[in-house]
Amino acid sequence: MSGKRVTFKNFWLAILLILPQLFLVFTFFYWPAGEALYWAFTLEPPFGGEQQWVGWQNFETVFADPLYWNSVKRSLLFAFSSTALAMGIGLLLASFVDRQLAGYKVYRFIYFWPYAVAAPAVGLAFRFIFAPDAGFVSVINVWFPGLWNPALDGFDAMVLIVLANAWSMVAYNFIFFLAGLQSIPRSLVEAGAMDGAGAVRRMRDLQLPLIAPTFFFLIVINITDSFVNSFGIVDITTGGGPARATDLMVFKIYSDGFKGKDYSLAAAQSLVLMLMVCALTFIQFRFVERRVHYS
Amino acid sequence: MIERTPLLNFATHAILVVGLVILLLPLWIVFVASTHDFRTVNTVPMPLWPGSHMVENYVTAWTQSGFGPKMLNSLVMAIGVTTGKIAIAALSAYSIVYFRYRLRMVFFWLVFITLMLPLEVRIVPTYAVAANAFRPLQVVLDVFGMSWLLEAVTGLRLVLPEWSLLNSYSGLILPLIATATGTFLYRQFFLTVPDELLEAAKMDGTGPLRFLFDILLPLSKTNMAALATIMFVYSWNQYLWPLLIVTDPAYGTAVMQLQRIVPGPLFGEPPRWHIAMAGTLIVMLPPLLVVVFMQRWFVRGLINQDK
Repeated sequence: MSGKRVTFKNFWLAILLILPQLFLVFTFFYWPAGEALYWAFTLEPPFGGEQQWVGWQNFETVFADPLYWNSVKRSLLFAFSSTALAMGIGLLLASFVDRQLAGYKVYRFIYFWPYAVAAPAVGLAFRFIFAPDAGFVSVINVWFPGLWNPALDGFDAMVLIVLANAWSMVAYNFIFFLAGLQSIPRSLVEAGAMDGAGAVRRMRDLQLPLIAPTFFFLIVINITDSFVNSFGIVDITTGGGPARATDLMVFKIYSDGFKGKDYSLAAAQSLVLMLMVCALTFIQFRFVERRVHYS
Repeated sequence: MIERTPLLNFATHAILVVGLVILLLPLWIVFVASTHDFRTVNTVPMPLWPGSHMVENYVTAWTQSGFGPKMLNSLVMAIGVTTGKIAIAALSAYSIVYFRYRLRMVFFWLVFITLMLPLEVRIVPTYAVAANAFRPLQVVLDVFGMSWLLEAVTGLRLVLPEWSLLNSYSGLILPLIATATGTFLYRQFFLTVPDELLEAAKMDGTGPLRFLFDILLPLSKTNMAALATIMFVYSWNQYLWPLLIVTDPAYGTAVMQLQRIVPGPLFGEPPRWHIAMAGTLIVMLPPLLVVVFMQRWFVRGLINQDK
């Protein structure tokens, strides 16, 4: 860590200043994380009493459950498709705004708005827009009766929540891609153009490699955010249905733990999810390190 | 930019306009739906131009959901998280950057690691602490023998009071402050402040607290504005945590209320989408206004924090 050349030496004051943060982090982060670990390996007896150590049993139960694997599969599908969609559109819009034609500031201003909308509000808006019997998309059912119904068709439901999540994430990707593109020296892009590279060629061989760190950073953030947002969207739009087609991991943990009151099982699932997200972030740190290195 | 051929310019504008339509259409549809009456909003295809029932729909949505106290709760929560974060993050970043002590790097990493797991991902264990937020501290005191030591010396047994977070503002606010986002925004900024400033201040005999409050914090104003916008939107939009911690409607937040206004056959009532969409717009408006009017700060904060 690059530090200050000149510093204070007042030890107790330093401790006092950081104490509130440490207390909160300990109480609401480290302790709960440790407790999840403990729960995941214990079981509460049905008639009360002390928690019993059961080793890997909770994990075996979780991993033997096809419903759990269903939720993992659906979560990954949700994460990757909404990430691809949101990043694709974000990059496309950023690269055209980067051309800086008249009025590009207006676009830049408005494209960011969806980021302000809460996930459940996005969910409710999209539930109406994509409702089978009212709203914007229902016209499809007038032309082709029964084609679109997210309440009955699992595929339609997945499309609905992917679109909702992608819509709310485009803004974030757009802002970061634009910042990345604008940090590339103009002279470099112009030199490419002088050498006869067209717009597409420049994007592929020059601009994209230069913003690669931003790209990887955004992949991780998008996937993490898809876990975070998924609860609000799923809870409002589909409730995990139809037939568990949208039973994503965070939603399943919520329904098993707080509706089903099976904390041990929910804790084991939480632990797996936490490990997944941690692994993602570790990958990101490696790329962040590289980005700092290059700049 | 290079290659300003009329054709390419036209294509650029065309794509940007399409993007604009895609990103604004959902908001527009929500608004349009909230201005029609029950019959019109349920026609297929739905109208794409606002109707004349806007005021009555919003009044109905507002009174039916009791948005007055709910918005107030959301506001208390958002302001609590924002101010708490601004204060606590400033102090801890100051300690990490401007003091030299051995535990500094340990603390730095302890705080840094919290960036990895969002609250939604570790919701089950965090909820377990809510019944008594002092329990972790009590256990640590007991285990490390500090309670015992204190008992031996003073004859008093140190028992921290039970501190339940359920149905309280502190429960809504504190867990959301317990992350590293703000700390790192400050840290990035403090590291760019020239060393000469502290040297000069020290030469003038300025103590650490005076330096923080009279010199460093006034310099951090833009930083604070950025953090404030981000934290306001982040905390206003919280959904899962309030849903768990609040069972008493008196502490319900506006975003929680969305769950109650979903129309559908599930609740055995006709789909009153016009009221639901009016409610949705009411809930999403405050953070939207923050982003629209303070976008400069917001974006600056977002981009700086992740570097």
